Amino acid sequence: MLTKVHTGLDPVPGIWWKPAHRAEKVWVAIAFAWCMVLFAMMPLWHWKGGQNPSGVRTRVEPKAFLARTQAFANQYKVDTDRGVPVVAPPPGSEVYLTAMTYQWYPILKLVNGKTYRLHLSALDVNHGFSLYPVNVNLQIVPGYDYALEVTPNATGDFRIICNEFCGIGHHTMVGRVIVTDDAGNTLSDNRSARLGGVP
Amino acid sequence: MPSAFRTCPATGRRIHLGAELLVKANAVVAVVSLLIGAIAALLLVLTRWQAVHLLPAEWYYRILGVHGMNMLIFFIIYFEMAVLWFCCTALLNSRPAAPRLGWVSFGLMFAGAALVEWMQWSGRADVLFTSYPPLKADPLFYLGVILFAVGALTVVGLFFATLVIAKREKTYEGSVPLVVYGAITAAIIAVITLLHGALIYIPTFLWSLGIIPEVDPEIYRMIWWGLGHSSQQINVAAMVAVWYMLAGLTVGGVVLNEKVSRSAFVLYVLFISMASAHHLLVDPGFGPAWKIVNTSYFMYMAVLASMIHGFTVPAGMELGMRLRGYTDGLFGWLRRAPWGDPGFSGMVLSVIIFGFVGGITGVTIGTEQINIIAHNTLRIPGHFHATVVSGTAMAFMAATYYLLPLVFRRKVAFWGAARWQPYLFSLGMLLLSMGMTFAGSFGVPRRHWDISFSQAPFDVQFNPAVDLVLAVMGIGGIMAVTGALLFIAIAVKSVFFGEPVGEWKTGTYVPGIPPGITNPPVHAANVDEINERLHGGRGFPGPTPGTMVLVFVFLGAFMVYYFTNWKLLSQLWRLG
Ligand SMILES: [Cu+2]
Repeated sequence: MLTKVHTGLDPVPGIWWKPAHRAEKVWVAIAFAWCMVLFAMMPLWHWKGGQNPSGVRTRVEPKAFLARTQAFANQYKVDTDRGVPVVAPPPGSEVYLTAMTYQWYPILKLVNGKTYRLHLSALDVNHGFSLYPVNVNLQIVPGYDYALEVTPNATGDFRIICNEFCGIGHHTMVGRVIVTDDAGNTLSDNRSARLGGVP
Repeated sequence: MPSAFRTCPATGRRIHLGAELLVKANAVVAVVSLLIGAIAALLLVLTRWQAVHLLPAEWYYRILGVHGMNMLIFFIIYFEMAVLWFCCTALLNSRPAAPRLGWVSFGLMFAGAALVEWMQWSGRADVLFTSYPPLKADPLFYLGVILFAVGALTVVGLFFATLVIAKREKTYEGSVPLVVYGAITAAIIAVITLLHGALIYIPTFLWSLGIIPEVDPEIYRMIWWGLGHSSQQINVAAMVAVWYMLAGLTVGGVVLNEKVSRSAFVLYVLFISMASAHHLLVDPGFGPAWKIVNTSYFMYMAVLASMIHGFTVPAGMELGMRLRGYTDGLFGWLRRAPWGDPGFSGMVLSVIIFGFVGGITGVTIGTEQINIIAHNTLRIPGHFHATVVSGTAMAFMAATYYLLPLVFRRKVAFWGAARWQPYLFSLGMLLLSMGMTFAGSFGVPRRHWDISFSQAPFDVQFNPAVDLVLAVMGIGGIMAVTGALLFIAIAVKSVFFGEPVGEWKTGTYVPGIPPGITNPPVHAANVDEINERLHGGRGFPGPTPGTMVLVFVFLGAFMVYYFTNWKLLSQLWRLG
């Protein structure tokens, strides 16, 4: 028996818990199955996929993290650009990057195809790590060390844009990452890197 | 003593005059907030459109905060307060509980909003909408938010008290209408949301006074988004309730099955409590298990709920039209619908853009790994302008075209313009959302004054296509703001200088009064018989084959967009 025809503005007399038509049941079932796919893709990508925002996460004193970054920069410094050290750590090593208003410290020089563990944290307020034009975006929170294994897949001269509001000079906060080939060539052909894509 | 009630000549409902005054006051302040927010929007869009770049940096960030608070908090919540008062009194023929306390809470909200405006405009709260510590604002800013939230929470309490009164005084028979049921879910979510707000703004207020040494920035983000995202779920529930209301008023849209629609509302309540997780997917404070579980609870039941409403609302309209004799073909009911009624067109545009743009992009970028290519880019505002603005705000505007004659008893001013306002506003918002979404997919950041990076130490060259999509965003934004200002002009003129609705003959067309009121979509006396016939013997597509086609088109678009994003993600550096 169907409920008496009524709109959403009318009170419903009697019991409204009545069986739905098959068409509705089918749609609910299909929608539910799709929701299960939406869920399953996430664990599946941890297992089979190459891009996961997991990493190793620990608490850290902001000043201690900056000191660790400075020690790292002094250890592997190869050059200076606009007053910022250019640092070339060996593949497989721990790499440190500190965000502070309004600077990314230091400049990193990595080798294509090699894996590093990149530690990210902030000295003062929240910042946003946005690797351009690769389009990797991560939240940087002061007091938290976010350590992710990264493996570049193209050579080039990349930028780090701050994409979390951090103060009045936020839009001037740009850093640099250089990826060379095995021979150390800094062939900076960003055209070969992806220039962004479809939504 | 004069009666506290009047009888609505259009709907025959008993309307309490005191409650009506509360609806009016909240709606008027909502429109004022909308005006401030819309002017801010115009300034922002003309700044982000890099070719124009209007505001200086300091004012860009300041106005961005003003825009966020006015649109997402003041406009939306004031309007929701009006919706709550309307649903628990007018729709249930009831008197309001403690109307004096209703005015006290209205005053509290007003004082809170005024404090926030003062702090923001005077540059003492340049912390944007989210106010993430350790960025610090003047204590009065946090105090303003707290006052506003306490006021809103009190109104929600009065809403529940009014429901009890209506039940006890038997002002209606049976169960509350579906629209009120939707409003109840919105109110329950509002309680959860506002408690999160208290939980985080009170310590932050104390911290700004120097009483507490620090607020953990990651814990702040988690609890703050319990307010920030859950409040969007209030909007969704209220918006869906408005969809059902307008479907009934404009085309005689029916409720296909109360069990299905009400269960979907319950899913909203049960599955949103940690919706904040969507905002922390690439944060350092939480592990993958926490992120996956709290975005989906293994099942994405809140998404399921929206997909159910996405079917039942159009299907209810289709069946309502078919029951009234518009039975030709798959889409005859759509062709014959009242597209010149802004209450109808606005509601339909809200359903379409909310679902196809807002919904699909939201679920996709809210996926743990896909968030890597979306977090804090312009894709995020691209998504939520399609949900909150094209969806919720458009639905509220459409509802206003009916509230003006029904509650304010005024004709809709500038009727000719009102008829195309929804199209202008929606098209503008659609262009804005698409422009932002595409720009974001090229890596253009949100909340950023200067993407030419003229003052940065290293140059950044965006893909030339970015100029084009930002122009689309700019033009769309200007169209949408024009549509919003037009709406405000219509609302203000109608309320303060409008022509009284007067008398009309049922079945006639009266300029200034939506046709759903002067020529209501009534069903024939033997409608239940016709309904049985439409339900029987049609096999799988059921009584609403047109909607069945539409939802499968939706599902197809969803799948294509979702898997395209996985494909793009797979091309990134390896990361883990
Ligand atoms: Cu920054």
